[in-house]
Amino acid sequence: MSTIDVAVAQDPRGILRHRHRYGERLVIASLAASATLSVAVTVGIVVSLVEPTVAFFRQVRVGEFLFGTTWSPLFTPPRFGVLPVVTGTLVVTVVAIVVAVPVGLGAAIHLSEYAHERIRRVVKPGLELLEGIPTVVYGYFAVTFVSPYVQRWWPIGDTPGVFSAFAAGSVMGVMIIPTMASLSEDALRAVPRDLRQGAYALGASRYEVATRVTVPAALSGIVAAFVLSVSRAVGETMIVFIAAGNTPNLTFNPGEAVQTMTAFIAQAGTGDLPQGSTGYKTIFAVGSLLFVLTFTMNVLSRRVVRRYREIYD
Amino acid sequence: MAAVGLSATHPRKRVLNTGFLVVLWCCLAVGVVSLVVLLVYVAVQGAPAFGPRLWRRFPSFDPELSGARSAVFGTIWTTTLTGVLAVPLGVGAAVYLEEFADKRHWWSRLIELNIQNLAGVPSIVYGILGLAFIARGPIGLGPVILTGGIILALLVLPMVIIASREAIRAVPPSIRDGAMALGATRWQTTWRQVLPAAVPGIATGVILALSRAIGEAAPLIMIGAFTYVPFMPTGLDSKFTVLPIQIFDWVARPQAGFSQLAAAASVLLLVILLSMNAIAIALRNRYQRHW
Repeated sequence: MSTIDVAVAQDPRGILRHRHRYGERLVIASLAASATLSVAVTVGIVVSLVEPTVAFFRQVRVGEFLFGTTWSPLFTPPRFGVLPVVTGTLVVTVVAIVVAVPVGLGAAIHLSEYAHERIRRVVKPGLELLEGIPTVVYGYFAVTFVSPYVQRWWPIGDTPGVFSAFAAGSVMGVMIIPTMASLSEDALRAVPRDLRQGAYALGASRYEVATRVTVPAALSGIVAAFVLSVSRAVGETMIVFIAAGNTPNLTFNPGEAVQTMTAFIAQAGTGDLPQGSTGYKTIFAVGSLLFVLTFTMNVLSRRVVRRYREIYD
Repeated sequence: MAAVGLSATHPRKRVLNTGFLVVLWCCLAVGVVSLVVLLVYVAVQGAPAFGPRLWRRFPSFDPELSGARSAVFGTIWTTTLTGVLAVPLGVGAAVYLEEFADKRHWWSRLIELNIQNLAGVPSIVYGILGLAFIARGPIGLGPVILTGGIILALLVLPMVIIASREAIRAVPPSIRDGAMALGATRWQTTWRQVLPAAVPGIATGVILALSRAIGEAAPLIMIGAFTYVPFMPTGLDSKFTVLPIQIFDWVARPQAGFSQLAAAASVLLLVILLSMNAIAIALRNRYQRHW
């Protein structure tokens, strides 16, 4: 009788019974703990934002914060109307999106529908490579290269200064082009070839296939790419901190200097404000607003993909 | 579909087609050209000031004598720390979610949703977290390398998790079934079969995540990383600066010499980042396995 037979004879469930492997359980528990950490980070972010924000609203009325038109929380007398930094964010984002979305989408359509495989193989990884350019470098480029051209060629009204929403926003648009192009191209390429070939068989031209078959079929992915681009523009800090002028300004004119929510947070963060002061708490109040905005957009983009995705097997 | 009914040689249709193609070409050209202009411009501006003094000299008030030694070493310190923290945690979380968690359980779905959301949180918000909890507040480490490393690790964690999960998911179930059939436990299967097969994908994700960490300035500004640091970091409790913050500081100064230095330091940063990204993309294309 071999040892296994003995073991089976002694214990009816035999060798199939699990040996307790405490080391393995420990490993799995620590893996679970690292997965849980991500939830802890979110909780940490929310807690770190909420507590000072609540304290902030004990000192400043919600109405004054949301609808006030003067933002000078760090001066005396402090004014806490957040609208100027909200419009600042809006103007910069609109400029960035006007640059990034058409160009990125056009490049994506070209790459997926027209470009030769060889061009695609070079351009696509090239775009991914450029996604790695740090935003301070874009900021430098905005101030030293783009801004003088903006001043020279500004078509209407007063000539902008060195710092303007347009200079910052257009460079931010250039920054977002690779993301927009890359994500839209993924969506376009996910459209099955049968659909295109069916349209060609009906006598459609490439233009018709692109605009009436592929783009509509990939629309959910394209919209998601659009929303993510907006979210990136709203959350971007260094370009606007360097190039938009850091002047809270209730305006819709992209030729003026503005301050965005992110740039205000960065400015207040570098200012070494005393902990517990109202000025210090404004960082968190604006941070909460920013967090809620970008969070909503990210949730929205996923919803769009899930709800409107055309599913092909 | 009236237009489709027109013959391919119909003039209006041909104009539309060509026009559309021209517009698309322009889009691609604008995208590529503007990025190339940026790279060339920065390289040309930075060339005169580029040289070994960037990593040999400390910053000073005289642009002629300035370098970014402390920033270069600060970047090396924080990035290493970020990697040490984010890689085990991120890969661990990915392994758990892919190999061990019950995917339909509400807790796993919550974690999943949460990671996707974290990936979209602006970096400056991580800076706020760092300011409130780690630099000041309950932990109160101050503006030191450890704080910077922790914040950057939390920032890139979602990227590492998402990339690692994709790499692990790409390993076919037959590998796992084979190992299990030979009597391996789930952990042995994961450790000896699944993870080695997923290494190229994980490495790509990790490199891209670290290159993101290297380029970040905003969250470190929030925790109070200094712009003027004329000394070497000596340990995790050392005050520090990093290349992007040094560049930011130089851009903001009016003298032309500092602007040149900013460009030169940008070139250095770009060389590091773009080569890291190139390695990551090459790694992915080379070792991508189709099972």
